[in-house]
Amino acid sequence: MREINEQSLQLIAKKAVTIRKNIITMLGESGSGHTGGSMSAADIMACLYFWEMNIDASQPQAPGRDRFVLSKGHAAPVLYAALAEKGFFPVEDLMSLRKLGSPLQGHPDMRKLAGVEASTGSLGQGISWAVGMALAGKIDNAGYRVYTLLGDGELEEGMVWEAVMAAAHYRLDNLAAIVDNNGLQIDGRVQDVMDVRPIAAKFAAFNWAVIEIDGHQPEQIMTALEKSRSIKGQPTAIIAKTIKGKGCSFMEDKAEWHGTAPKKDEAERALEEIEAYAHAKGIC
Amino acid sequence: MEKQATRDAYGEALVELGHLHEEVVVLDADLSSSTKTAGFAKTFPERFFNAGIAEQNMIGMSAGLAAAGKTVFASSFAMFAAGRAFEQVRNSLAYANLNVKVCATHAGLTVGEDGGSHQAVEDIALMRAVPNMCVVVPADGPSTKAALFQLYERQGPAYLRLGRPAVPKIYDNQMDMVIGKGIELRTGNDAAIIACGIMVEKSLQAARLLAEEGIQVTVVDMHTIKPIDAGMIIHLAKTTGALLTAEEHSILGGLGSAVAEITAAECPVLVERLGINDKFGQSGAPDQLLEHYGLTVQEIINKIHLLLKKKKAIK
Repeated sequence: MREINEQSLQLIAKKAVTIRKNIITMLGESGSGHTGGSMSAADIMACLYFWEMNIDASQPQAPGRDRFVLSKGHAAPVLYAALAEKGFFPVEDLMSLRKLGSPLQGHPDMRKLAGVEASTGSLGQGISWAVGMALAGKIDNAGYRVYTLLGDGELEEGMVWEAVMAAAHYRLDNLAAIVDNNGLQIDGRVQDVMDVRPIAAKFAAFNWAVIEIDGHQPEQIMTALEKSRSIKGQPTAIIAKTIKGKGCSFMEDKAEWHGTAPKKDEAERALEEIEAYAHAKGIC
Repeated sequence: MEKQATRDAYGEALVELGHLHEEVVVLDADLSSSTKTAGFAKTFPERFFNAGIAEQNMIGMSAGLAAAGKTVFASSFAMFAAGRAFEQVRNSLAYANLNVKVCATHAGLTVGEDGGSHQAVEDIALMRAVPNMCVVVPADGPSTKAALFQLYERQGPAYLRLGRPAVPKIYDNQMDMVIGKGIELRTGNDAAIIACGIMVEKSLQAARLLAEEGIQVTVVDMHTIKPIDAGMIIHLAKTTGALLTAEEHSILGGLGSAVAEITAAECPVLVERLGINDKFGQSGAPDQLLEHYGLTVQEIINKIHLLLKKKKAIK
Protein backbone atom coordinates (compact mmCIF):
# COMPACT_ATOMS: atom_id res chain seq x y z
CA MET A 1 0.00 0.00 0.00
CA ARG A 2 2.90 2.36 -0.62
CA GLU A 3 2.20 3.32 -4.23
CA ILE A 4 1.32 6.94 -4.88
CA ASN A 5 -1.55 6.48 -7.32
CA GLU A 6 -5.13 7.52 -7.83
CA GLN A 7 -6.36 4.82 -5.49
CA SER A 8 -4.07 5.71 -2.58
CA LEU A 9 -4.67 9.43 -3.07
CA GLN A 10 -8.42 8.81 -3.03
CA LEU A 11 -8.08 6.81 0.20
CA ILE A 12 -6.02 9.54 1.90
CA ALA A 13 -8.48 12.23 0.81
CA LYS A 14 -11.29 10.18 2.30
CA LYS A 15 -9.43 9.56 5.55
CA ALA A 16 -8.58 13.25 5.87
CA VAL A 17 -12.25 14.12 5.53
CA THR A 18 -13.22 11.57 8.17
CA ILE A 19 -10.48 12.82 10.51
CA ARG A 20 -11.60 16.44 10.10
CA LYS A 21 -15.24 15.55 10.72
CA ASN A 22 -14.33 13.58 13.82
CA ILE A 23 -12.13 16.41 15.14
CA ILE A 24 -15.08 18.79 14.88
CA THR A 25 -17.55 16.31 16.34
CA MET A 26 -15.43 15.39 19.35
CA LEU A 27 -14.48 19.00 20.10
CA GLY A 28 -18.09 20.07 19.73
CA GLU A 29 -18.97 17.44 22.30
CA SER A 30 -16.11 18.19 24.73
CA GLY A 31 -16.64 21.94 24.60
CA SER A 32 -12.93 22.61 24.98
CA GLY A 33 -9.74 21.71 23.16
CA HIS A 34 -7.49 22.73 20.30
CA THR A 35 -9.28 22.91 16.98
CA GLY A 36 -7.05 25.00 14.71
CA GLY A 37 -3.84 23.02 15.03
CA SER A 38 -5.70 19.72 14.80
CA MET A 39 -7.35 20.70 11.52
CA SER A 40 -4.08 21.97 10.02
CA ALA A 41 -2.45 18.58 10.63
CA ALA A 42 -5.28 16.39 9.32
CA ASP A 43 -3.79 15.71 5.87
CA ILE A 44 -0.36 14.96 7.31
CA MET A 45 -1.85 12.54 9.84
CA ALA A 46 -3.94 10.83 7.18
CA CYS A 47 -0.79 10.20 5.13
CA LEU A 48 1.17 8.94 8.13
CA TYR A 49 -1.48 6.58 9.48
CA PHE A 50 -3.01 5.34 6.22
CA TRP A 51 -0.07 5.28 3.88
CA GLU A 52 3.32 5.67 5.51
CA MET A 53 3.55 3.95 8.86
CA ASN A 54 3.87 0.26 9.57
CA ILE A 55 1.45 -0.10 12.48
CA ASP A 56 -1.21 -2.61 13.42
CA ALA A 57 -3.98 -1.71 15.85
CA SER A 58 -4.30 -5.33 16.93
CA GLN A 59 -0.64 -5.30 18.04
CA PRO A 60 -0.05 -1.84 19.48
CA GLN A 61 3.18 -2.94 21.22
CA ALA A 62 4.74 -4.87 18.33
CA PRO A 63 8.50 -4.30 18.74
CA GLY A 64 9.11 -3.58 15.06
CA ARG A 65 6.30 -1.06 14.62
CA ASP A 66 6.92 2.46 13.39
CA ARG A 67 6.47 5.13 16.07
CA PHE A 68 4.68 8.46 15.92
CA VAL A 69 5.20 11.13 18.58
CA LEU A 70 2.84 14.10 18.65
CA SER A 71 5.28 16.71 19.90
CA LYS A 72 2.58 19.39 19.47
CA GLY A 73 0.52 17.43 22.00
CA HIS A 74 -2.31 19.94 22.12
CA ALA A 75 -3.37 18.65 18.69
CA ALA A 76 -4.50 15.47 20.49
CA PRO A 77 -7.87 15.44 18.67
CA VAL A 78 -6.21 14.83 15.29
CA LEU A 79 -4.21 11.96 16.80
CA TYR A 80 -7.29 10.45 18.45
CA ALA A 81 -9.29 10.74 15.23
CA ALA A 82 -6.51 8.96 13.31
CA LEU A 83 -6.14 6.23 15.94
CA ALA A 84 -9.88 5.58 16.06
CA GLU A 85 -10.07 5.42 12.29
CA LYS A 86 -7.10 3.05 12.30
CA GLY A 87 -9.01 0.76 14.68
CA PHE A 88 -7.20 1.29 17.98
CA PHE A 89 -10.52 1.99 19.70
CA PRO A 90 -14.17 2.50 18.74
CA VAL A 91 -14.96 5.80 17.02
CA GLU A 92 -17.72 6.43 19.60
CA ASP A 93 -15.03 6.73 22.30
CA LEU A 94 -13.97 10.01 20.70
CA MET A 95 -16.99 11.52 22.41
CA SER A 96 -15.32 11.02 25.81
CA LEU A 97 -12.56 13.52 24.95
CA ARG A 98 -11.43 15.52 28.00
CA LYS A 99 -14.06 13.99 30.26
CA LEU A 100 -13.26 12.68 33.74
CA GLY A 101 -11.90 9.14 33.55
CA SER A 102 -11.51 9.17 29.77
CA PRO A 103 -8.43 7.63 28.16
CA LEU A 104 -8.64 10.57 25.74
CA GLN A 105 -6.90 13.12 27.92
CA GLY A 106 -6.61 16.79 26.95
CA HIS A 107 -3.05 15.98 25.91
CA PRO A 108 -1.98 12.46 24.88
CA ASP A 109 -1.27 10.01 27.69
CA MET A 110 0.51 6.81 26.62
CA ARG A 111 -0.51 5.07 29.83
CA LYS A 112 -4.20 5.60 29.19
CA LEU A 113 -4.67 4.96 25.48
CA ALA A 114 -3.25 2.24 23.23
CA GLY A 115 -1.62 3.64 20.13
CA VAL A 116 -0.33 6.73 21.87
CA GLU A 117 3.45 6.29 21.84
CA ALA A 118 4.43 9.21 24.06
CA SER A 119 2.88 11.35 26.76
CA THR A 120 3.29 14.82 25.35
CA GLY A 121 1.79 18.26 25.62
CA SER A 122 4.54 20.24 27.26
CA LEU A 123 6.04 21.66 24.09
CA GLY A 124 9.52 20.73 22.93
CA GLN A 125 9.67 17.41 24.74
CA GLY A 126 8.14 15.12 22.11
CA ILE A 127 10.94 15.56 19.61
CA SER A 128 13.41 14.51 22.31
CA TRP A 129 11.37 11.34 22.87
CA ALA A 130 11.47 10.71 19.13
CA VAL A 131 15.25 11.12 19.11
CA GLY A 132 15.51 8.60 21.97
CA MET A 133 13.24 6.13 20.18
CA ALA A 134 15.23 6.47 16.96
CA LEU A 135 18.45 5.91 18.94
CA ALA A 136 16.95 2.75 20.44
CA GLY A 137 16.04 1.59 16.95
CA LYS A 138 19.64 2.06 15.87
CA ILE A 139 21.04 0.20 18.91
CA ASP A 140 18.69 -2.71 18.25
CA ASN A 141 19.09 -2.61 14.48
CA ALA A 142 15.31 -2.74 14.53
CA GLY A 143 14.58 -1.10 11.20
CA TYR A 144 11.55 0.83 12.38
CA ARG A 145 11.08 4.50 11.60
CA VAL A 146 10.15 7.29 13.99
CA TYR A 147 7.98 10.27 13.09
CA THR A 148 7.24 13.37 15.10
CA LEU A 149 4.96 16.30 14.41
CA LEU A 150 5.93 19.73 15.72
CA GLY A 151 4.18 23.04 15.67
CA ASP A 152 6.00 26.05 14.24
CA GLY A 153 5.41 28.01 17.44
CA GLU A 154 6.83 25.04 19.29
CA LEU A 155 10.16 25.69 17.57
CA GLU A 156 10.55 28.62 19.97
CA GLU A 157 11.30 26.12 22.75
CA GLY A 158 15.08 25.92 23.19
CA MET A 159 14.88 22.21 23.92
CA VAL A 160 13.74 21.56 20.34
CA TRP A 161 17.13 22.66 19.07
CA GLU A 162 18.96 20.53 21.63
CA ALA A 163 17.07 17.58 20.19
CA VAL A 164 17.62 18.67 16.59
CA MET A 165 21.37 18.91 17.28
CA ALA A 166 21.44 15.44 18.86
CA ALA A 167 19.47 13.81 16.02
CA ALA A 168 21.99 15.00 13.46
CA HIS A 169 24.94 14.16 15.71
CA TYR A 170 23.75 10.57 16.00
CA ARG A 171 22.91 10.44 12.27
CA LEU A 172 19.36 9.31 12.89
CA ASP A 173 18.19 8.65 9.34
CA ASN A 174 15.32 6.63 10.81
CA LEU A 175 13.78 9.86 12.10
CA ALA A 176 11.54 12.34 10.30
CA ALA A 177 10.29 15.51 11.97
CA ILE A 178 7.34 17.22 10.32
CA VAL A 179 6.68 20.86 11.10
CA ASP A 180 3.03 21.88 10.91
CA ASN A 181 3.88 25.36 9.66
CA ASN A 182 0.50 27.05 10.07
CA GLY A 183 2.07 30.36 11.05
CA LEU A 184 -0.07 30.99 14.12
CA GLN A 185 0.34 30.59 17.86
CA ILE A 186 -1.83 31.58 20.80
CA ASP A 187 -0.78 35.22 20.90
CA GLY A 188 -0.88 35.78 17.15
CA ARG A 189 1.31 35.32 14.09
CA VAL A 190 4.45 33.33 14.84
CA GLN A 191 6.54 35.95 13.08
CA ASP A 192 5.12 38.65 15.37
CA VAL A 193 5.30 36.75 18.65
CA MET A 194 8.78 35.32 18.12
CA ASP A 195 10.00 34.94 14.60
CA VAL A 196 11.30 31.41 14.07
CA ARG A 197 12.06 31.93 10.40
CA PRO A 198 13.89 30.77 8.38
CA ILE A 199 12.75 27.32 9.51
CA ALA A 200 14.15 25.27 6.63
CA ALA A 201 17.53 27.00 6.82
CA LYS A 202 17.71 26.41 10.56
CA PHE A 203 17.20 22.65 10.19
CA ALA A 204 19.64 22.58 7.28
CA ALA A 205 22.22 24.43 9.38
CA PHE A 206 21.84 21.70 12.01
CA ASN A 207 22.71 19.10 9.34
CA TRP A 208 19.22 17.82 8.64
CA ALA A 209 17.92 16.99 5.19
CA VAL A 210 15.07 19.42 4.55
CA ILE A 211 12.02 19.05 2.33
CA GLU A 212 9.51 21.88 1.96
CA ILE A 213 5.96 21.00 0.95
CA ASP A 214 2.35 22.07 0.96
CA GLY A 215 0.98 20.24 3.99
CA HIS A 216 -2.49 19.97 2.50
CA GLN A 217 -1.40 18.17 -0.68
CA PRO A 218 -1.27 14.44 0.13
CA GLU A 219 0.80 13.72 -2.95
CA GLN A 220 3.48 16.13 -1.74
CA ILE A 221 3.35 14.75 1.80
CA MET A 222 3.67 11.17 0.55
CA THR A 223 6.48 12.05 -1.84
CA ALA A 224 8.38 13.77 0.98
CA LEU A 225 7.92 10.79 3.31
CA GLU A 226 9.06 8.48 0.54
CA LYS A 227 12.12 10.62 -0.11
CA SER A 228 13.05 10.74 3.58
CA ARG A 229 13.37 6.94 3.55
CA SER A 230 16.13 7.16 0.98
CA ILE A 231 18.15 9.79 2.86
CA LYS A 232 21.07 8.13 4.67
CA GLY A 233 23.15 9.45 7.53
CA GLN A 234 20.93 12.33 8.56
CA PRO A 235 17.40 12.92 9.83
CA THR A 236 14.76 14.57 7.64
CA ALA A 237 12.77 17.69 8.41
CA ILE A 238 9.60 18.10 6.39
CA ILE A 239 8.44 21.69 6.59
CA ALA A 240 4.77 21.52 5.73
CA LYS A 241 3.07 24.82 4.95
CA THR A 242 -0.43 24.57 6.35
CA ILE A 243 -3.44 26.66 7.24
CA LYS A 244 -4.63 26.67 10.83
CA GLY A 245 -8.26 25.51 10.98
CA LYS A 246 -8.02 24.12 7.42
CA GLY A 247 -11.32 22.80 6.09
CA CYS A 248 -13.60 25.22 7.86
CA SER A 249 -13.75 28.73 6.37
CA PHE A 250 -14.55 30.62 9.55
CA MET A 251 -11.65 28.99 11.42
CA GLU A 252 -9.00 29.23 8.75
CA ASP A 253 -5.89 31.25 9.56
CA LYS A 254 -7.34 32.58 12.81
CA ALA A 255 -5.22 32.46 15.98
CA GLU A 256 -8.36 32.58 18.13
CA TRP A 257 -9.18 29.06 16.98
CA HIS A 258 -5.95 27.74 18.52
CA GLY A 259 -7.46 26.64 21.79
CA THR A 260 -11.16 27.02 21.16
CA ALA A 261 -13.74 24.32 20.55
CA PRO A 262 -16.71 24.94 18.25
CA LYS A 263 -20.10 25.60 19.80
CA LYS A 264 -23.00 23.44 18.62
CA ASP A 265 -24.02 25.67 15.71
CA GLU A 266 -20.39 26.25 14.74
CA ALA A 267 -19.74 22.51 14.74
CA GLU A 268 -22.77 21.99 12.50
CA ARG A 269 -21.59 24.66 10.07
CA ALA A 270 -18.09 23.18 10.03
CA LEU A 271 -19.39 19.68 9.33
CA GLU A 272 -21.58 20.99 6.51
CA GLU A 273 -18.57 22.68 4.95
CA ILE A 274 -16.40 19.58 5.19
CA GLU A 275 -19.16 17.45 3.68
CA ALA A 276 -19.79 19.96 0.89
CA TYR A 277 -16.07 19.92 0.10
CA ALA A 278 -16.00 16.11 0.06
CA HIS A 279 -19.06 16.03 -2.17
CA ALA A 280 -17.64 18.57 -4.60
CA LYS A 281 -14.38 16.62 -4.82
CA GLY A 282 -16.17 13.33 -5.26
CA ILE A 283 -14.75 11.93 -2.02
CA CYS A 284 -17.12 9.43 -0.56
CA MET B 1 38.13 4.21 57.95
CA GLU B 2 38.12 3.36 54.27
CA LYS B 3 36.68 6.05 52.06
CA GLN B 4 34.93 6.09 48.69
CA ALA B 5 32.86 8.73 46.90
CA THR B 6 29.30 7.62 46.20
CA ARG B 7 29.79 8.76 42.59
CA ASP B 8 32.76 6.40 42.27
CA ALA B 9 30.71 3.50 43.61
CA TYR B 10 27.98 4.44 41.13
CA GLY B 11 30.41 4.38 38.21
CA GLU B 12 31.70 0.93 39.18
CA ALA B 13 28.24 -0.51 39.78
CA LEU B 14 27.04 0.83 36.45
CA VAL B 15 29.70 -1.18 34.59
CA GLU B 16 28.62 -4.31 36.50
CA LEU B 17 25.01 -3.67 35.54
CA GLY B 18 26.08 -3.17 31.95
CA HIS B 19 27.71 -6.59 31.90
CA LEU B 20 24.63 -8.22 33.40
CA HIS B 21 21.92 -6.52 31.38
CA GLU B 22 22.14 -5.77 27.70
CA GLU B 23 19.22 -3.33 27.66
CA VAL B 24 20.94 -0.92 30.06
CA VAL B 25 21.90 2.35 28.39
CA VAL B 26 23.59 5.35 29.97
CA LEU B 27 23.32 9.03 29.11
CA ASP B 28 25.34 11.95 30.30
CA ALA B 29 25.54 15.66 29.58
CA ASP B 30 29.25 16.36 29.13
CA LEU B 31 30.13 15.45 32.71
CA SER B 32 30.95 11.77 32.35
CA SER B 33 34.38 12.11 33.93
CA SER B 34 32.83 13.79 36.97
CA THR B 35 29.65 11.72 37.28
CA LYS B 36 31.78 8.60 36.68
CA THR B 37 29.68 7.30 33.81
CA ALA B 38 32.94 7.42 31.80
CA GLY B 39 33.74 3.86 32.88
CA PHE B 40 30.52 2.60 31.34
CA ALA B 41 31.14 4.72 28.24
CA LYS B 42 34.54 3.10 27.79
CA THR B 43 33.28 -0.44 28.37
CA PHE B 44 30.05 -0.14 26.37
CA PRO B 45 30.53 2.68 23.86
CA GLU B 46 27.57 1.46 21.78
CA ARG B 47 25.23 1.90 24.77
CA PHE B 48 26.48 5.26 26.01
CA PHE B 49 25.14 8.53 24.65
CA ASN B 50 26.49 11.95 25.39
CA ALA B 51 23.76 14.56 25.08
CA GLY B 52 26.27 17.37 25.21
CA ILE B 53 25.56 20.30 27.52
CA ALA B 54 21.82 19.86 27.04
CA GLU B 55 20.20 18.30 30.10
CA GLN B 56 16.61 18.87 28.97
CA ASN B 57 17.18 16.86 25.82
CA MET B 58 19.12 14.24 27.76
CA ILE B 59 16.03 13.58 29.87
CA GLY B 60 13.75 13.70 26.81
CA MET B 61 15.95 11.21 24.95
CA SER B 62 15.93 9.01 28.05
CA ALA B 63 12.15 8.95 27.85
CA GLY B 64 12.22 7.84 24.22
CA LEU B 65 14.83 5.16 24.91
CA ALA B 66 12.82 3.84 27.85
CA ALA B 67 9.59 3.88 25.82
CA ALA B 68 11.43 1.71 23.30
CA GLY B 69 12.37 -0.84 25.97
CA LYS B 70 15.69 0.35 27.38
CA THR B 71 16.54 0.72 31.06
CA VAL B 72 18.10 4.14 31.19
CA PHE B 73 20.54 5.68 33.65
CA ALA B 74 20.93 9.41 33.04
CA SER B 75 23.53 11.44 34.86
CA SER B 76 24.48 15.02 35.40
CA PHE B 77 25.08 17.23 38.42
CA ALA B 78 22.09 17.42 40.76
CA MET B 79 21.64 21.11 39.96
CA PHE B 80 21.05 20.40 36.28
CA ALA B 81 19.36 16.99 36.46
CA ALA B 82 16.80 17.94 39.08
CA GLY B 83 16.91 21.69 38.57
CA ARG B 84 17.28 22.68 34.95
CA ALA B 85 15.54 19.57 33.63
CA PHE B 86 12.89 19.49 36.36
CA GLU B 87 9.96 19.81 34.01
CA GLN B 88 11.32 17.16 31.66
CA VAL B 89 11.79 14.80 34.60
CA ARG B 90 8.26 15.59 35.70
CA ASN B 91 6.45 15.45 32.37
CA SER B 92 8.54 13.09 30.24
CA LEU B 93 9.72 10.61 32.87
CA ALA B 94 7.43 10.59 35.87
CA TYR B 95 4.10 11.41 34.22
CA ALA B 96 4.68 8.56 31.76
CA ASN B 97 6.07 6.35 34.56
CA LEU B 98 9.12 5.37 32.53
CA ASN B 99 12.01 3.20 33.58
CA VAL B 100 14.63 5.93 33.80
CA LYS B 101 16.94 6.42 36.77
CA VAL B 102 18.21 9.96 37.12
CA CYS B 103 21.53 9.51 38.90
CA ALA B 104 22.68 12.94 39.99
CA THR B 105 26.09 13.58 41.44
CA HIS B 106 27.61 16.66 43.10
CA ALA B 107 24.55 17.16 45.28
CA GLY B 108 24.63 19.43 48.30
CA LEU B 109 27.29 21.68 49.79
CA THR B 110 30.12 19.18 49.41
CA VAL B 111 30.48 20.23 45.77
CA GLY B 112 32.79 22.69 47.51
CA GLU B 113 34.77 25.34 45.69
CA ASP B 114 32.47 25.64 42.66
CA GLY B 115 30.12 27.51 44.96
CA GLY B 116 26.43 28.16 45.45
CA SER B 117 25.47 28.11 41.77
CA HIS B 118 26.43 24.44 41.65
CA GLN B 119 25.32 23.27 45.10
CA ALA B 120 21.84 21.75 44.82
CA VAL B 121 20.21 21.97 48.24
CA GLU B 122 16.62 21.76 47.00
CA ASP B 123 16.75 18.71 44.76
CA ILE B 124 15.25 16.22 47.23
CA ALA B 125 12.29 18.55 47.74
CA LEU B 126 11.76 18.91 43.99
CA MET B 127 12.04 15.21 43.18
CA ARG B 128 10.03 14.09 46.18
CA ALA B 129 7.03 16.19 45.17
CA VAL B 130 6.64 14.42 41.83
CA PRO B 131 4.25 11.42 41.66
CA ASN B 132 5.79 8.05 40.69
CA MET B 133 9.29 9.18 41.67
CA CYS B 134 11.41 7.12 44.02
CA VAL B 135 14.11 9.15 45.79
CA VAL B 136 17.21 7.50 47.26
CA VAL B 137 20.13 9.17 49.07
CA PRO B 138 22.83 6.61 49.89
CA ALA B 139 25.23 7.15 52.79
CA ASP B 140 28.34 5.53 51.35
CA GLY B 141 29.86 3.55 48.49
CA PRO B 142 28.59 0.05 49.30
CA SER B 143 25.03 1.25 49.89
CA THR B 144 25.18 3.23 46.64
CA LYS B 145 25.97 0.05 44.75
CA ALA B 146 23.22 -1.85 46.55
CA ALA B 147 20.75 0.97 45.82
CA LEU B 148 21.64 1.00 42.13
CA PHE B 149 21.01 -2.73 41.79
CA GLN B 150 17.73 -2.34 43.67
CA LEU B 151 16.67 0.53 41.45
CA TYR B 152 17.43 -1.57 38.39
CA GLU B 153 14.96 -4.19 39.64
CA ARG B 154 12.35 -1.59 40.50
CA GLN B 155 10.26 -0.48 37.52
CA GLY B 156 9.65 3.23 37.12
CA PRO B 157 11.49 6.50 37.46
CA ALA B 158 13.89 7.22 40.29
CA TYR B 159 16.26 9.88 41.55
CA LEU B 160 19.54 8.68 43.02
CA ARG B 161 21.36 11.46 44.87
CA LEU B 162 25.13 11.14 44.95
CA GLY B 163 28.00 13.24 46.24
CA ARG B 164 31.37 14.48 45.07
CA PRO B 165 33.87 13.81 47.91
CA ALA B 166 35.14 10.51 49.26
CA VAL B 167 33.15 9.56 52.34
CA PRO B 168 33.79 6.89 55.00
CA LYS B 169 32.37 3.44 54.35
CA ILE B 170 29.89 2.56 57.06
CA TYR B 171 28.83 -0.72 55.46
CA ASP B 172 30.87 -3.63 54.22
CA ASN B 173 31.09 -4.13 50.49
CA GLN B 174 28.48 -6.88 50.42
CA MET B 175 25.80 -4.85 52.23
CA ASP B 176 22.24 -5.31 51.11
CA MET B 177 19.39 -2.88 51.44
CA VAL B 178 15.75 -2.67 50.55
CA ILE B 179 14.35 0.45 48.91
CA GLY B 180 11.81 1.97 51.28
CA LYS B 181 13.16 0.32 54.44
CA GLY B 182 15.28 2.38 56.81
CA ILE B 183 18.32 0.73 58.41
CA GLU B 184 18.61 0.96 62.19
CA LEU B 185 22.35 1.23 62.84
CA ARG B 186 22.24 1.88 66.56
CA THR B 187 19.51 1.66 69.17
CA GLY B 188 18.71 3.91 72.11
CA ASN B 189 15.53 5.17 73.74
CA ASP B 190 16.29 8.80 74.58
CA ALA B 191 15.91 10.08 71.03
CA ALA B 192 16.32 8.95 67.43
CA ILE B 193 18.39 10.47 64.67
CA ILE B 194 16.98 9.87 61.20
CA ALA B 195 19.64 10.74 58.66
CA CYS B 196 20.51 10.30 55.01
CA GLY B 197 23.62 10.68 52.87
CA ILE B 198 26.78 11.99 54.48
CA MET B 199 24.91 12.82 57.70
CA VAL B 200 24.49 9.14 58.58
CA GLU B 201 28.15 8.66 59.47
CA LYS B 202 28.20 11.96 61.38
CA SER B 203 25.12 10.84 63.29
CA LEU B 204 26.87 7.61 64.30
CA GLN B 205 29.84 9.61 65.58
CA ALA B 206 27.50 11.88 67.52
CA ALA B 207 25.66 8.90 68.98
CA ARG B 208 28.91 7.41 70.28
CA LEU B 209 29.85 10.70 71.95
CA LEU B 210 26.36 11.10 73.40
CA ALA B 211 26.59 7.59 74.84
CA GLU B 212 29.70 8.67 76.72
CA GLU B 213 27.58 11.25 78.55
CA GLY B 214 24.85 8.67 79.17
CA ILE B 215 22.46 9.60 76.38
CA GLN B 216 21.33 6.68 74.23
CA VAL B 217 20.05 7.50 70.76
CA THR B 218 18.86 5.41 67.87
CA VAL B 219 20.50 6.13 64.50
CA VAL B 220 18.69 5.29 61.30
CA ASP B 221 19.99 5.44 57.75
CA MET B 222 16.84 6.60 55.97
CA HIS B 223 18.31 6.13 52.51
CA THR B 224 14.93 6.14 50.80
CA ILE B 225 13.20 9.49 51.09
CA LYS B 226 10.35 8.29 48.91
CA PRO B 227 8.58 5.98 49.49
CA ILE B 228 9.51 6.83 53.08
CA ASP B 229 9.52 4.13 55.77
CA ALA B 230 6.51 5.47 57.65
CA GLY B 231 6.28 2.38 59.86
CA MET B 232 9.76 2.90 61.21
CA ILE B 233 9.21 6.64 61.77
CA ILE B 234 6.03 6.01 63.73
CA HIS B 235 7.75 3.31 65.76
CA LEU B 236 10.65 5.63 66.59
CA ALA B 237 8.28 8.46 67.44
CA LYS B 238 6.41 6.22 69.86
CA THR B 239 9.48 4.68 71.49
CA THR B 240 11.63 7.81 71.83
CA GLY B 241 9.26 10.78 71.65
CA ALA B 242 12.01 12.93 70.16
CA LEU B 243 13.29 12.81 66.58
CA LEU B 244 16.19 14.60 64.91
CA THR B 245 16.54 14.56 61.15
CA ALA B 246 19.89 15.25 59.53
CA GLU B 247 20.50 15.87 55.83
CA GLU B 248 22.80 17.77 53.47
CA HIS B 249 19.82 19.61 52.01
CA SER B 250 17.54 22.50 52.84
CA ILE B 251 15.42 21.97 55.93
CA LEU B 252 12.51 22.80 53.62
CA GLY B 253 11.03 19.89 51.72
CA GLY B 254 13.62 17.19 52.27
CA LEU B 255 14.00 14.30 54.71
CA GLY B 256 13.08 16.48 57.70
CA SER B 257 9.84 17.53 56.06
CA ALA B 258 9.04 13.95 55.06
CA VAL B 259 9.50 12.75 58.64
CA ALA B 260 7.51 15.63 60.13
CA GLU B 261 4.65 14.97 57.70
CA ILE B 262 4.39 11.43 59.04
CA THR B 263 4.65 12.28 62.73
CA ALA B 264 2.25 15.23 62.46
CA ALA B 265 -0.47 12.92 61.20
CA GLU B 266 0.29 9.69 63.01
CA CYS B 267 2.15 10.40 66.23
CA PRO B 268 2.91 14.05 67.02
CA VAL B 269 6.28 14.25 68.76
CA LEU B 270 9.14 16.75 68.84
CA VAL B 271 10.98 16.84 65.52
CA GLU B 272 14.16 18.89 65.10
CA ARG B 273 15.48 19.29 61.58
CA LEU B 274 19.18 19.68 60.96
CA GLY B 275 19.97 20.84 57.44
CA ILE B 276 20.73 23.96 55.47
CA ASN B 277 18.67 26.70 56.98
CA ASP B 278 16.95 28.15 53.88
CA LYS B 279 20.19 29.54 52.48
CA PHE B 280 22.29 29.20 49.34
CA GLY B 281 25.75 27.65 49.50
CA GLN B 282 29.05 29.33 48.64
CA SER B 283 32.64 28.52 47.72
CA GLY B 284 34.89 26.78 50.18
CA ALA B 285 36.39 23.42 51.02
CA PRO B 286 33.64 20.83 51.67
CA ASP B 287 34.52 20.40 55.36
CA GLN B 288 34.67 24.16 55.87
CA LEU B 289 31.24 24.50 54.29
CA LEU B 290 29.73 21.75 56.44
CA GLU B 291 31.18 23.54 59.48
CA HIS B 292 29.89 26.92 58.31
CA TYR B 293 26.35 25.67 57.70
CA GLY B 294 26.27 23.57 60.87
CA LEU B 295 26.24 20.10 59.37
CA THR B 296 28.63 18.73 61.99
CA VAL B 297 28.86 16.08 64.69
CA GLN B 298 28.84 18.85 67.31
CA GLU B 299 25.68 20.39 65.90
CA ILE B 300 23.95 17.00 65.98
CA ILE B 301 24.92 16.70 69.65
CA ASN B 302 23.65 20.24 70.33
CA LYS B 303 20.32 19.46 68.65
CA ILE B 304 19.91 16.27 70.69
CA HIS B 305 20.54 18.23 73.89
CA LEU B 306 17.96 20.78 72.80
CA LEU B 307 15.46 18.04 71.96
CA LEU B 308 15.93 16.33 75.33
CA LYS B 309 15.47 19.65 77.11
CA LYS B 310 12.20 20.24 75.25
CA LYS B 311 11.11 16.67 75.87
CA LYS B 312 11.72 17.11 79.60
CA ALA B 313 9.81 20.40 79.63
CA ILE B 314 6.79 18.70 78.06
CA LYS B 315 6.83 15.94 80.66
